[in-house]
Amino acid sequence: MTIRSNIVGIDSPEALERALRAAYYLADEGLATAAYLALALGKPLLLEGSPGVGKTEAAKAIGAVLARRLIRLQCYEGIDAAAALYEWNYPRQMLAIRQAGEESIDIYGESFLIERPMLAAVRAPDSTVLLIDEIDRADHEFEAFLLEFLSDFQISIPERGTIRAAERPVVVLTSNRTRDLHEALRRRCVYHWIDYPTPEREARIVMMRASSVAESTARAVVAAVGKLRREPLTKAPGIAEAVDWAEAATLLHKGGARWPEAFKRSIGVAVKDEEDLHFISPRLDALIAEAAA
Amino acid sequence: MNREPPLPQAAYVFISFVALLRANGFAVAPEQTTAFLAAIELLGPKSLEHIRMAGLATLAPPHERRLTYDRLFDIHFRGGEELDRTGDAHEEEIVRLQEEGRGDEEALYADEANESGLTATRAEALVERRFAQGMVNDALRRLTLLAPRRLPRRKGYRRRRGRRGPWADLRRTLRETVRNDGEILHLRRLRRRPRLRKVLLLIDVSGSMKALTEENMRLGHALSQAVPNVEVFTFGTRLTRVSRALRLKRREQALNAAASLVSDWDGGTRIGDALQAFLAVPRFASYARGATVIVISDGLERGDASALRDAVAKLARRSWRLSWLTPLATGTGFRPQTEALVAIEPFVDDLVQGGTSAAVVSHILSLGQRRAA
Repeated sequence: MTIRSNIVGIDSPEALERALRAAYYLADEGLATAAYLALALGKPLLLEGSPGVGKTEAAKAIGAVLARRLIRLQCYEGIDAAAALYEWNYPRQMLAIRQAGEESIDIYGESFLIERPMLAAVRAPDSTVLLIDEIDRADHEFEAFLLEFLSDFQISIPERGTIRAAERPVVVLTSNRTRDLHEALRRRCVYHWIDYPTPEREARIVMMRASSVAESTARAVVAAVGKLRREPLTKAPGIAEAVDWAEAATLLHKGGARWPEAFKRSIGVAVKDEEDLHFISPRLDALIAEAAA
Repeated sequence: MNREPPLPQAAYVFISFVALLRANGFAVAPEQTTAFLAAIELLGPKSLEHIRMAGLATLAPPHERRLTYDRLFDIHFRGGEELDRTGDAHEEEIVRLQEEGRGDEEALYADEANESGLTATRAEALVERRFAQGMVNDALRRLTLLAPRRLPRRKGYRRRRGRRGPWADLRRTLRETVRNDGEILHLRRLRRRPRLRKVLLLIDVSGSMKALTEENMRLGHALSQAVPNVEVFTFGTRLTRVSRALRLKRREQALNAAASLVSDWDGGTRIGDALQAFLAVPRFASYARGATVIVISDGLERGDASALRDAVAKLARRSWRLSWLTPLATGTGFRPQTEALVAIEPFVDDLVQGGTSAAVVSHILSLGQRRAA
């Protein structure tokens, strides 16, 4: 195992936390530690948590801190090697064969190769961050295939040979936990469970992300969102919803609506499910009044 | 001779912590131990918290066992003062609402289920149960054998070669073309590969189902072993996820592991609350999406029938097909009599006999044959 304790001037979790803050991402101590360890140990970082806690944002911020290009591989059921690694440009190969006529031609040259995210990351490990997003959506076959990739970071193309990453690429995986991931995958990674932020931190996030939201508004929104998350809703509001709600309420308030009214009318940006709205509406007034207090 | 360098004395305390975790059922690989030691060195460590976080990141304890991890950590690194509270070490293994990291407060569902608070929790029949070793009966053997072929399928998103299909298989076509000097003789096709649907099995373990609980758990195990994508929950006064335990291959081991998770054997029934609790955890609710949902319960509801009705309606909307198997049903022309069953009848696709495992198995195996009503 090669250990780099210093990555582009970042030599401790605290330094990484500061750098992430400069990239407009407020990480807690646990996340900063896990991310720092992943970078230092050269292991992939696996982030799990409920939808909307900022897993993908964390990966983007890490990319920004390292000043690297973020390559995103969105997983879905049925994703396969052709979508993740590389694919040959078959129509072009076909055309080349036709045009070549009697002459011999190499149809497995570079110009016929279509690079997909994982190959791109292996080819330029020092200037990219590979984000494998929502790995829980992919099927077991892809997860097994990923295991191999994450342990030795090499890709073999039968027609061209094996391509090995010159250094261990920075890889971030995220999962919403709609199914259990394989133990072996967790074993390969540095793991962190992202929780909803504390109200204190979330209020700071809202103010940092939203354009012009007063501190009192941010606090009230965060308190209300915190209460909503404790309700049995189908889709609990995430951080992005909190930001949107604060922004929307501020907008309505500027347009002349009074405060509790502004919150209430913009609930649609925070709770986006008809059943949930129906469930919560009888108690919405009390909930908002309580949060604003 | 090549001798490995001796470990520094200080490392032993960390390695013994890993051993302690393993002894408590955490899967930790040697490479994770190495990473753990490297991480501790990287972080300083300036405080005990650094070591805790290094362990969390590199040893990757599952989130739902975080409390156990923390307790073991305290025992190991802070000494024995915490020992007293570890008697209920498997407490947090019971899946309740707070499992998804909703903070420390007592679970909503547990609150609802025990209106009078702590005393009720204690009074609740939290029974431990061990299953007798029994023979697999013919019905279960039939399930194991036929389930992979007979369970409902859907079109998957992975493609495979086929004689006909909506896509051209360019890869295969090109290879053949190269062999034929650039002449396309056949255009090969791709089609969608069928996949087994997810199966969600909800087993009633309340007192009124007592005689059938054991058989139903065996059935859950047989089903989990036969096909992938099976999720099994038990409910009575609580909701417990037993899928992980039932994935153990050996039956006795799996059933005992599941039995130790479930604490409300042979208690009361609050089906409505249990299903609401199930639906309120997004991760659990997503197990029902597009799935074959099978509920084995007599529907003798002590709670509110309208809560049950709403929950079943929600569950039915999510699922591909919802079957309610009840021992009360006999024969084909069954008309429900109890209030709860009458309330849910409009929403379930099948309301059929579930009194014996033979009946349950033949219903499960027939699901793939007919179209959902």
